[in-house]
Amino acid sequence: MNKKNINNIEKEMKLANEGLSEKERTLFSDARPTPVKPLNKYLEKFLNWARAESLWILAFGTGCGAVELRPLMTARFDMFRYGIAPRPTPRQASVFVIGGYASIKTIKRIVRSYEQMQGPKFVIALGSCTINGGMYYDSYYTINRIDHYIPVDIYVAGCMPRPEALIAGFDKLKKQIKAGKCDGMNIYAENFDWYKANQKKVIKDWNMPDYNW
Amino acid sequence: MEHIINRLKQKIEIESIINQRADLYFITIKEEHLELVLSYLKQQENFTHLAFLQAVDFIEDNKFQLTYMLYNYDIKVNLGIKVFIDRDKSEMVSIHKLWAHAWQYQRELKEMFGINFPGSPKVDESFVLEGWEEIPPMKREFDTLAYSEKTFYQRPGRTKNDPKKYMKEKLYKKFPQSTTVGRKDD
Repeated sequence: MNKKNINNIEKEMKLANEGLSEKERTLFSDARPTPVKPLNKYLEKFLNWARAESLWILAFGTGCGAVELRPLMTARFDMFRYGIAPRPTPRQASVFVIGGYASIKTIKRIVRSYEQMQGPKFVIALGSCTINGGMYYDSYYTINRIDHYIPVDIYVAGCMPRPEALIAGFDKLKKQIKAGKCDGMNIYAENFDWYKANQKKVIKDWNMPDYNW
Repeated sequence: MEHIINRLKQKIEIESIINQRADLYFITIKEEHLELVLSYLKQQENFTHLAFLQAVDFIEDNKFQLTYMLYNYDIKVNLGIKVFIDRDKSEMVSIHKLWAHAWQYQRELKEMFGINFPGSPKVDESFVLEGWEEIPPMKREFDTLAYSEKTFYQRPGRTKNDPKKYMKEKLYKKFPQSTTVGRKDD
């Protein structure tokens, strides 16, 4: 392969950031997300244990289901017993709880928050609306399947699921993390074009960078 | 309240009066009288509060019905003013000078029903929907299910039950013959 072809491929691998203006494009990186390989077996096992025992959730209630997070946070169900704590910004969080239905306006913010979170990151989707649209399956502005837009690790079914069900979901997430099966971030990086095409199909006024923030 | 309606009757033609409750009245008036009636009710009869402004799509009659809900704090009465406007023209006089917050209802109606209010602030900007390219979604000719199937990804395996039939089979097996099964049969 000659040098010209390599240059072309490198150019294609970069993100276009077409939603931004010429001036803004220089302010954002155009690099793609890259899959992260696990470290050696025992170190990764230790790290996974540490990740599972301190889950920090992003305090972003996307729908009506976020109302179940309040009793979960406070004295009655007290999720801090399980090492789960709310964080105010995506940069500090490792778990994204999608609280119920997501409209197109919300999915724009969801994508934006998810991409800002630092890896390894996990997603719990609660409520029937995130699974197949639930009672809003025929709505003009509510997306039906959240897993076509961001990768999802655990679904908690119900309308609404009780805080107990959420705790069971967190428990399952912990087991999956410890088993090393939660690599949603790598799935997102590997199928980046597919996810991005799905997102851009519904978000018509795309005025943000393609990946880097 | 009767006196107020009688005084209104002397000024303009009222097409219908519905007295739904002791504190809830609806009157239907003609489109061109609306601004006059609203300013009269606000200034002379003390209906100072515009509770909401909403629209209903009567596609069979080719009309939109607008309801202006007013409230009087002195006599504690709700009064709904109903106006029918032409669906093809779908344009109405803006009342943001009478009640400043009306611009928000008017902006929403422009987005959801396509009813234009010339002169209303920010009426052309999007309100709830971002990047909407279809016809206004609350118009009844807009097929939400077809749009949802076209735009979003359906998860296969979704089943549906007729609630009446399902309840009869599952919960009220004891009364297969009864036509009106319900809790009181138990």
